[in-house]
Amino acid sequence: MRTRLQTWSLLMSATAVLALPMTSFAQLTQADFETRINMESHIGNLTGHAKDAKADYRRYCVSCHGDNGDGNGESFPWVDPKPRDFQLGIFKCRSTPTGTLPTDQDLFDTIARGLDRSNMPQWSTFTKQERADLVAWVKHFSPRWVNEKPGTPITIPPEPEVTAERIKAGRDVFARVQCWKCHGVLGQANGPSAATLQDDLGRPIAAYNFTEGSRPKCGDTNRDIYRIFMTGLDGTPMPSFADNIKPDEAWDLVFYLRTLMRQNSKEKSMAKQLGLKPVDPNAPAGQQ
Amino acid sequence: MNRYHYSAVLSALVLVGCAALFLGQHVNAAGEGKITGTVKLDGTAPHMKGIDMSKDPYCSKAHESSPGHLETYVVGAGGGLENVVLYISDWTGAATTSTAIPIFDQKNCMYTPHVLAMDVGQTFKVVTSDATTHNIHPLPNPMTGNIPWNQSQPPGAAPVEKSWKAVEVIPVKCNIHPWMNGWYVVVKGPYATTDANGNYTIENVPPGSYTVTAWHEPDEKQTQKVTVAAGAPAKADFTFKAK
Repeated sequence: MRTRLQTWSLLMSATAVLALPMTSFAQLTQADFETRINMESHIGNLTGHAKDAKADYRRYCVSCHGDNGDGNGESFPWVDPKPRDFQLGIFKCRSTPTGTLPTDQDLFDTIARGLDRSNMPQWSTFTKQERADLVAWVKHFSPRWVNEKPGTPITIPPEPEVTAERIKAGRDVFARVQCWKCHGVLGQANGPSAATLQDDLGRPIAAYNFTEGSRPKCGDTNRDIYRIFMTGLDGTPMPSFADNIKPDEAWDLVFYLRTLMRQNSKEKSMAKQLGLKPVDPNAPAGQQ
Repeated sequence: MNRYHYSAVLSALVLVGCAALFLGQHVNAAGEGKITGTVKLDGTAPHMKGIDMSKDPYCSKAHESSPGHLETYVVGAGGGLENVVLYISDWTGAATTSTAIPIFDQKNCMYTPHVLAMDVGQTFKVVTSDATTHNIHPLPNPMTGNIPWNQSQPPGAAPVEKSWKAVEVIPVKCNIHPWMNGWYVVVKGPYATTDANGNYTIENVPPGSYTVTAWHEPDEKQTQKVTVAAGAPAKADFTFKAK
């Protein structure tokens, strides 16, 4: 025998279950996070535990990233770029292909490195164990870490020797895939499409300016730069070029990008010697 | 209390599951019919603003003789409304009913088609016919199980093949050409999209009673109940109001 209350509650639960996939950008609650409180992270030999990071998060992270990890902390109105929404599980700095979750190591590195040109500082004050715990805590905000596995990191071949030919070939790649559409022919972030760029949430966002001397957001080594355009910066207009730039060409492009940067480098002085001109967007394809 | 709620949810799931199984068997066992009709726009079609493509000379040149304009309402002869997706919203059969690979082309710095309907799990192909670089950037809600991605397609790029895991209406855009916008309408079961005159036919529908839903961007929906019999197509016409 079923009472009226039982039937009612049964109906409500059925409705709730059916409506679940239709809610838009769901705001999750503490109860959802509680189910994932045993989330772990694995970085080398370290195992991070989400529950051990609670105090650190509340003390150091919550003002921007918020109680619910949705990036809506009390500093939200005052910072730009906006704090990351951990519930969506979408991250810029990854070693994994576009549309996949980053590895624990990627998040661990981001916490240590900080994000240049944003309010996210370097958290080198944390011990490695504390950082590993925070990675697990960041993951416990999104159900994606239960339903999906991180992507397989892209393969980066060993870095070849820089040559004049490679720098010139890198310039050809820059012209062919039209990096200048946003970044500009001199890397000054003033390409024809730069002014209208928006992130995935419709907020204005600037292309990276190679010439102003700030470090690239996801690390300053050549491998870090290689990774940026081969994985894309998810959540931003920067796409992945993995299907359209071969691994060898990717190294050429890294060398050419170095010539645009303000910092002195071997590539920069070689380009100067060569008298390398910026690409010409109006020239026919292949002669830029 | 908690345990009680838990059991209520479980029993609801089991009930829904049983119903799905039962209906699924019912429709799969029968022969095939179809649903046809016309979708019209009531009232004067709103003016569709022209698009300034001067930012990219390739794009503006491609539209020299026929200027590009927004495609929110594409109305044909007699008020027929194009780009309306029709699907069976109470479909309980298998998800993928077609092995066809729908194509989404980037042509003259616009999306062709503007609206691409597809089944959950159905492979679709993104191609480019343009001599300018595009980035193809669908924006699903990751909470549904559909994960956003962002890939470049420079001139001559190979097609990108993808599929979606969950039912959702997904906006697509190109960040390089901010006027480019399109839609992936991911549904479950048979579907159709209206042609230039607003006509459609949903093929391969087994006899039975269904709810047909008509979707028009960005989130307008209408439904009708139809009964499909073998050899006699069901008819369902819809009218959207001009906004």
